[in-house]
Amino acid sequence: MNLNKWIQDNTYHHSAFADLKELVEQKEKSGLTISLCIPTLNEERTIGKEVVIFKSELMNRYPLVDEIAIIDSGSKDRTLEVASSFGADTYLSDDILPEEGAKRGKGENLWKAIYQLKGDIIVYIDADIKNIHPRFVYGLIGPLIKRPEISYVKAFYDRPLAFSDSVRPSGGGRVTEILTRPLFSLYFPELTAIIQPLSGEYAVRRNVLESISFPVGYGVETSHLLDVYQTHGMKAFAQTDLDQRVHRNQETRALGKMSFGILQTFLNRLHSYGTIQSDHEIQTVLRQFQVQNEKYETVEYNIPEYERPPMITIPAYRKLRGLPPLKNK
Amino acid sequence: MILEGLDEYLTQLEDFRETVLSTMVMVNEIPAPTFKERNRAEFLVDRFSELEMLNASIDEKDNVLGIIPGRVGDRDILIAAHLDSLFDETVDHTVTLEPSMAIGPGVSDNSLGAAVLGTLPLVMERVGLELDANLVLLGSSRSLGRGDLEGLRFVLDNYKRPFTAAVCLEGIRLGRLSFSSIGMLRGELTYRIPEEYDWTKFNSVGAIVDMNDMINRILEIPLPRKPKTTIVMGQMEAGTSYNTLPTKARLRFEIRSESEELVSELATRISFLAEEMTSKTGAKVEFKEIARRRPGGTDFSHPLNTISREILNRLDIKPRITPSSSELAALIEKGIPAITIGLTTGENAGEPEESVLIKPISKGLAQLMALLRAIDMGCANES
Repeated sequence: MNLNKWIQDNTYHHSAFADLKELVEQKEKSGLTISLCIPTLNEERTIGKEVVIFKSELMNRYPLVDEIAIIDSGSKDRTLEVASSFGADTYLSDDILPEEGAKRGKGENLWKAIYQLKGDIIVYIDADIKNIHPRFVYGLIGPLIKRPEISYVKAFYDRPLAFSDSVRPSGGGRVTEILTRPLFSLYFPELTAIIQPLSGEYAVRRNVLESISFPVGYGVETSHLLDVYQTHGMKAFAQTDLDQRVHRNQETRALGKMSFGILQTFLNRLHSYGTIQSDHEIQTVLRQFQVQNEKYETVEYNIPEYERPPMITIPAYRKLRGLPPLKNK
Repeated sequence: MILEGLDEYLTQLEDFRETVLSTMVMVNEIPAPTFKERNRAEFLVDRFSELEMLNASIDEKDNVLGIIPGRVGDRDILIAAHLDSLFDETVDHTVTLEPSMAIGPGVSDNSLGAAVLGTLPLVMERVGLELDANLVLLGSSRSLGRGDLEGLRFVLDNYKRPFTAAVCLEGIRLGRLSFSSIGMLRGELTYRIPEEYDWTKFNSVGAIVDMNDMINRILEIPLPRKPKTTIVMGQMEAGTSYNTLPTKARLRFEIRSESEELVSELATRISFLAEEMTSKTGAKVEFKEIARRRPGGTDFSHPLNTISREILNRLDIKPRITPSSSELAALIEKGIPAITIGLTTGENAGEPEESVLIKPISKGLAQLMALLRAIDMGCANES
């Protein structure tokens, strides 16, 4: 595939979809329903604004989104109280599909959202975005409404031009450029065209979401891209520039953990696709170092990348969607 | 009749806060220091167009205008909110929403006012308010500081026909009623030591100490109790480090008085003090007039003011009558009956942590609806 052509054809700027009236008309014409999912864990500072902006602009003013749901991993702060005070539907991740048990991680919330939410398209937006704006949603939904062949739309962000010292922008940051894109270049060169493969904002059609598995931790975005690419190829993807995204910046050590999770997912995928063959079992413990009283010591983090199976294989989901039970279940 | 409708307005507007809040957030997050309001104006004019206002447009001064046509349309009522904010573009303008309040630089002055303009047709629709008169909505530019109400003055000078009455919207403080303007002069004193200055010869103490002396001299000017008169020392800039004698200083101040003559007299005296300091220190001290307002306004008993107080009382809010030196002044100069109202309560005005309380916004909106209805029924007309 000619990557430059793909980028030219499948890369958008959010302003291409700013005519919300027209977008709503097209959505209604196509009969699509759209759900917005905001996974949260201790986001009381930013969640109120996200809910107010999306509800007011994209439900009340323009009925583009049919439901807004907060799926929470057990916040200790007032995240749920703030979100519900502004009118969002709030769910505890643990309460959804209780028979499937509970895992910790953002991917778990995203996976359970497929069961909980009703839309034909699900838009995932991180909860820690300070400069939230309706474009974060309509920019991602736009390509799905206008082009039926697109199934998965990923956000990317141009670098902010200037901000005060207290705000440090981050976007297609260090992990992407040091880890993910080099890995893609090695094994899946076409996927390098996804400008920010790790961005936490994307909109996906249900039929694709329900058919892929979900690592519950750091690897969820990477696995999505790999699995959708394996099944549908690049033609299923589009990406939208959402301009700036202002959020908390992560320390290098935290990015180390993230990279560790992504690498695990990546290597597991290579293995399952048969791209590499090895009997070596992948370790799940990340080691970092610290100095205490002039002595160097190891700090160990166990980061297993547990994966949820495709939702379409879950009996309760099949029942909910009116699908026949799987024979081997 | 107007007061009776208030309770129903309140109920109808109770759950309307999201629409105003989201608009306020988006307005606030577009920086708009005075003279740089264009981006904010474009956002607002898009809103005006989406809400199908007539003649939604941005004029040559970056004012935003839109008209909600009345049933009869024989009169024009102006609703104005200034678009510019005190905060520079480099300041982080993001807003935090908590269940009870919104926090961010400029939310009360005047993103909330602009947001109410940008949602007014929806508010009116919610309460079923239809007027005979046209409502002309104005997001005015170049209002604060050196802007000196340039945007609003331009509209008043160039609008095709006179306004019957005007309401100015400010984010805070609910209960505020301003219907008179005090005399005001904003001035700037700049102190500059010339390059060729001989420090040893003059035994200079630098710009800060000399400017301090200047401030003391200004404060020694006796001010009468009546007519009420004050001089506010608002802003001072000088110096670069611990141990460098500063060669430049700038003082910004405001003279306020109920008497126009007194404002002029005080300005003259400060100008003399500047000349005196120039001759005494060898530094160049200059006085510059930045803005001036004439005192005026309507009487306490004017029907517009009376009904405004009654509306607030009915909402269990104690009216606070304060003279204004902002938009109202330009309207008063043109002889237009006008009033400035606040939309909610808040704290830390003018600070980066500026905040507005969310709950009282419904009362602020109900107040505005009742006031518009009263004006439409002719209460701005004294006869």
